[in-house]
Amino acid sequence: MLAQIERKIVNGERINEEEALFLFNSDEIHIIGQLADEVSKRINHNRVYFIVNRHINPTNICINRCRFCAFSRSKGEPGAYEMSIEDIIQRLKEAEQSSQHISEVHIVSGLHPEWSFEDYLNIISAIKKEFPSIGIKAFTAVEVDYFARLSGLTLEQTLLRLKEAGVDIMPGGGAEIFNQDVRNRICPEKISGERWLEVIKTAHALGIKTNATMLYGHLESYEHRVEHLFRLRSLQDETEGFLAFIPLSYQPENNDIKVPYPSGIDDLKTIAVSRLVLDNIPHVKAYWIMLGEKLAQVALLFGADCLEGTVIDEKVAHFAGARSKHGVSVYELVHTIKEAGRIPAERDTFYNILRIWQD
Amino acid sequence: MARLNKSEAIQMLKEASIFEFGKTADTVRKTLHPQGIVTFIVDRNINYTNICINYCLFCAFWRTKDHPEAYVISKQELARKIEETIDQGGTQILLQGGVNPDLGLDFYIEMLRFIKENFKIHVHGFSPPEIYFLSQKEGLSIREILKRLMDAGLDSIPGGGAEILSDRVRMRQSPNKINSKQWLDVMREAHVLGMKSSATMMFGSLDEDEDVVEHLEAVRSLQDETGGFTAFIPWSFQPWNTDLKKEKSELMPAGAIKYLKVLALSRIYLDNVKNIQVSWVTQGVKIAQVGLRFGANDFGSTMLEENVVKAAGVCYRVSMDELIQAIRSAGFKPCQRDTFYNILKFL
Repeated sequence: MLAQIERKIVNGERINEEEALFLFNSDEIHIIGQLADEVSKRINHNRVYFIVNRHINPTNICINRCRFCAFSRSKGEPGAYEMSIEDIIQRLKEAEQSSQHISEVHIVSGLHPEWSFEDYLNIISAIKKEFPSIGIKAFTAVEVDYFARLSGLTLEQTLLRLKEAGVDIMPGGGAEIFNQDVRNRICPEKISGERWLEVIKTAHALGIKTNATMLYGHLESYEHRVEHLFRLRSLQDETEGFLAFIPLSYQPENNDIKVPYPSGIDDLKTIAVSRLVLDNIPHVKAYWIMLGEKLAQVALLFGADCLEGTVIDEKVAHFAGARSKHGVSVYELVHTIKEAGRIPAERDTFYNILRIWQD
Repeated sequence: MARLNKSEAIQMLKEASIFEFGKTADTVRKTLHPQGIVTFIVDRNINYTNICINYCLFCAFWRTKDHPEAYVISKQELARKIEETIDQGGTQILLQGGVNPDLGLDFYIEMLRFIKENFKIHVHGFSPPEIYFLSQKEGLSIREILKRLMDAGLDSIPGGGAEILSDRVRMRQSPNKINSKQWLDVMREAHVLGMKSSATMMFGSLDEDEDVVEHLEAVRSLQDETGGFTAFIPWSFQPWNTDLKKEKSELMPAGAIKYLKVLALSRIYLDNVKNIQVSWVTQGVKIAQVGLRFGANDFGSTMLEENVVKAAGVCYRVSMDELIQAIRSAGFKPCQRDTFYNILKFL
């Protein structure tokens, strides 16, 4: 079957579920990687994208207590925190001062039981007002669903309010694994995969681009990963609203699902198969926070064309035992990409190239 | 497979894709180790002194004699460390300095006798720079020094102090240390006396592809002569806190892609060295796992203690359970081994 898959890839044909599953089960990591690399170069030439960004997590107080999450707290629990709008603006000012201009802020939060939709909207509009040129990537489908329920608005209305307030694109989080049996075991309180896809589809229809993620390496099987990827591919065929796909490698510390870290080999294979299946999503991102900086560089040759940005202050994965740094410099990102033999392309939120970092 | 020559190896480093490296090295590894076993040893690195007269620019561990952090280990401390190692299932200690100018052969003999009289443990100790220094200090031949150390209980020699066996690089980064020929001479003498050793390579400092290949060639030809190397361990220079980094601030640690290529090339080039070890201490567990598909068949040691790499700003730590699990999840059968790569137990 590998020869058949190779032929299809070389001819630019799509692979099917059975073939994707075969690849996940295959031991031929080098062949799979090479195929993914060819596809990656076909789509993005020799470029690797990165962005100067900062993560902000306004609160970790969350009514969902997903079993894989080490970040969330209940109200009043030790370690619970809430940031005020002033705190958030202050952090962004500090980031602007300490590095070069920031192109994007990534905002993902807990579902705070006492915050209103307005509270969340105010965060966005305050940032937009203070930093009109910073792209705002905010709120996962899980949060958007929560805002709709909280406010009694329709999904469309909710998303339009967010857009008006200044949300430019949405991150791809909360997708985890779409399969409901697995969701029941890892995040029973969280919205279903169906609902996640519905929120995203609605966003795309309103012209809001999004990313997509897949959390792997916990209790799911390869079949579940394949199912997940193909549901994303189908939606993308319909909407073309996904900018990037980000496979998220499970971090097993300080949470309730005790399994080993996914192996580096599984990480590379997952990136490569994702690149091969998702032929309609332009970018596959190596999320160095979970992969570690070293493996993320190797991932650039196994199908990824985008490196997560400077980040500065990552919290969610680090609470769960991520062994990477909390942030990296532009210098390090550029060096990592060049050393991989690729061209560093600094981008904005929408993947417009701001600067090619050549010598 | 025909042997790679130097120019082919250099060309490969400069031009081949990571997949060519991976596929070829994986094939060689499968041929030499068809059972999918990945070994590791339970041991501890004990640095009996950090006083060193070599002052290598790439090293952040050494101290001068009058430095407040300078030390020579006490017998009590040594005994405690060995006891802990044995308690945790350890079979070996890796005993290395510092080349401490005040310590003569007597010190070493007494230390070895003390260990052997009190403990049943394999002593993998003293890299060529220490042995060469003793030969100079005592005015005895290298062979004589080795014989006396063996008599006192030295079991095998670690491959440290090799760095890059290319003198133009050594002159720049470790001018006071023994040169390539002297390193190889000590290893040859040890092998002739029937003592096994490993060989290491530290790349990614001032070396070029040509230097890496020169190193591999030196190891391969001595191995043709003696057959005394049990394993080869390439690892990458860690610049933090070193004089080399102070001098050349733009120096960054070699990335994982370079590491995997060098690891794979080591497997391909050293067709006469049975075992290739990954360096999770410098690369982290995930890259170490990937390294098992780039030619390596050994996960090194549990390193209950490690000081030298840590001093250079890198501290990946792994428990024995994690190490076993990491080998397994990479698709291999974990086995505890002894110093000579004999399997002690399946896990």
